[in-house]
Amino acid sequence: MRNNATDQLHTSDDIITVKSLSKVYDSSFKALQGIDLTIKRGEIFALLGPNGAGKTTLINIICGIVNPTSGTITAGGHDVIRDYRAARSAIGLVPQELTSDAFEKVLDTVKFSRGLFGKSPNPAHLEKVLKDLSLWSKRDSKIFALSGGMKRRVMIAKALSHEPTILFLDEPTAGVDVELRRDMWNMVRELRDSGVTIILTTHYIEEAEEMADRIGVINKGQIILVEEKAALMKKLGKKQLILTLKTPMKSVPIELTGHDLALEHEGAELVYTFDAKADQSGIAGLLKQLSELHIEFKDLQTKQSSLEDIFVGLVDENSRGKAE
Amino acid sequence: MNVYAVKAIYFFEMTRFLRTIFQSIAAPVIATSLYFIVFGSAIGSRMASIDGVSYAAFIVPGLVMLSILTESISNASFGIYMPKYSGTIYEVFSAPISVLEIVLGYVGAAASKSILLGLIILGTARLFVDYTILHPLWMLTFLVLTSVAFSLFGFIIGIWADGFEKLQIVPTMVVTPLTFLGGSFYSISMLPPVWQKITLFNPVVYLVSGFRWSFFGVSDVGVGLSLAMTLSFMVVCFVIIGVIFKTGYRIKS
Repeated sequence: MRNNATDQLHTSDDIITVKSLSKVYDSSFKALQGIDLTIKRGEIFALLGPNGAGKTTLINIICGIVNPTSGTITAGGHDVIRDYRAARSAIGLVPQELTSDAFEKVLDTVKFSRGLFGKSPNPAHLEKVLKDLSLWSKRDSKIFALSGGMKRRVMIAKALSHEPTILFLDEPTAGVDVELRRDMWNMVRELRDSGVTIILTTHYIEEAEEMADRIGVINKGQIILVEEKAALMKKLGKKQLILTLKTPMKSVPIELTGHDLALEHEGAELVYTFDAKADQSGIAGLLKQLSELHIEFKDLQTKQSSLEDIFVGLVDENSRGKAE
Repeated sequence: MNVYAVKAIYFFEMTRFLRTIFQSIAAPVIATSLYFIVFGSAIGSRMASIDGVSYAAFIVPGLVMLSILTESISNASFGIYMPKYSGTIYEVFSAPISVLEIVLGYVGAAASKSILLGLIILGTARLFVDYTILHPLWMLTFLVLTSVAFSLFGFIIGIWADGFEKLQIVPTMVVTPLTFLGGSFYSISMLPPVWQKITLFNPVVYLVSGFRWSFFGVSDVGVGLSLAMTLSFMVVCFVIIGVIFKTGYRIKS
């Protein structure tokens, strides 16, 4: 009994489950290969990956735009194929491409979206959505007359028009200026606070770093990593101090073995690795010791490995693994 | 049934129609008026009456059919092709809506436009020629069935087309010739015997014949056959649409 209850609890925590999902296009291109992924209710999940990794294909399959080759998906506990009405009602999608009915008015197109998703008219909700996106003053403008950034907002308004509990943002900030990007991030946070689960794909690592609760990395149709951002950042919390030496050394002097030191570039650089979050970095002590040992350096810099480094590293590793 | 979605698509399409009212209504009305002036008045006055119906009146049902067929196809094919072309179709596919509902919205709107247009043309024709409608209910039935059947057909073309050329090719290369050769402007009894047989393979013959019967009580083929053919065509189109959505042909990769 208890197990059952735990299972149920577990299930209700997962808002999207993807099991052994594969997609082979007619051209025999394998876009997705055995994807297993679980999205938790109420989180912001960032899906990172290079171009052509399968991010959009994955989203499009979950949303019903592309048919899967094999595998199962549930959204809000409903199978996205067998029970597509219930599944899709819960989902809002902001696609990557800016596609809109150019000759429609902003308010009309948002009303259309709400109707399409089977919701009764609710002018108050639409007014709120448009106001939140600073679109209310443009509600009677035709879409073709809007700027690119405004069109992007219209796409978001359409996705939010039917009050989804799951929101997919496919590259929401591609080609968007800094101000709009900030606005969008704030909006995403507000949505999350109101209980909406958000899945976003992005090229911008800082976006994932800034926004996400969990991060997944996809490459060549496979999920190669899913981790809490905090845990990932902790791994990345290491900092390095790089000293370019005046005279290259063959080995780290015995007096310095107490520090986490390594020699790089054939002894030309002395690299000190430390925990950026610790109270004492140990840099002062090290520099003092170096001067006592008369080890002189021409230059020094500190470096923090970012999510980007890890990401590039993972993708490279994954590609090499494939090649072998 | 997602009624809101059907209504959303239907009214979206009807708004597009009203926005392009000149193209949608004025153009076919002008074209039909020209047909009446040339065939009805100028040439028609020198033609013998057919089955006791004056030539000018005889071509009224044919001309209405000609317009309905072309307009149904063009409205329905354009209606689904445009969102496919612009990419906005993603929203329809991601919505909680069934194939039947998508078809009801798009085809329903296209057929409504055609029916409206057919009635407007009938009214326009009245300005040029006197005619009576013997069976008004059957006339409406044929009008509605034909509009729906050819809107379904147009919907298929719109999905099949992957360019503007393909969108035009079926109406121009197939439908217009079939309509002109399908007895819109003549009775098939006026053809040589061999061609009378061959022409029976033309589905438009049955549509025009049944429609004309509802006006004048005379027809080239039995009215029951006409009705059966129209219904069969409709069913075939619907089955094809079902298969298209099931397999995702040209709409879902």
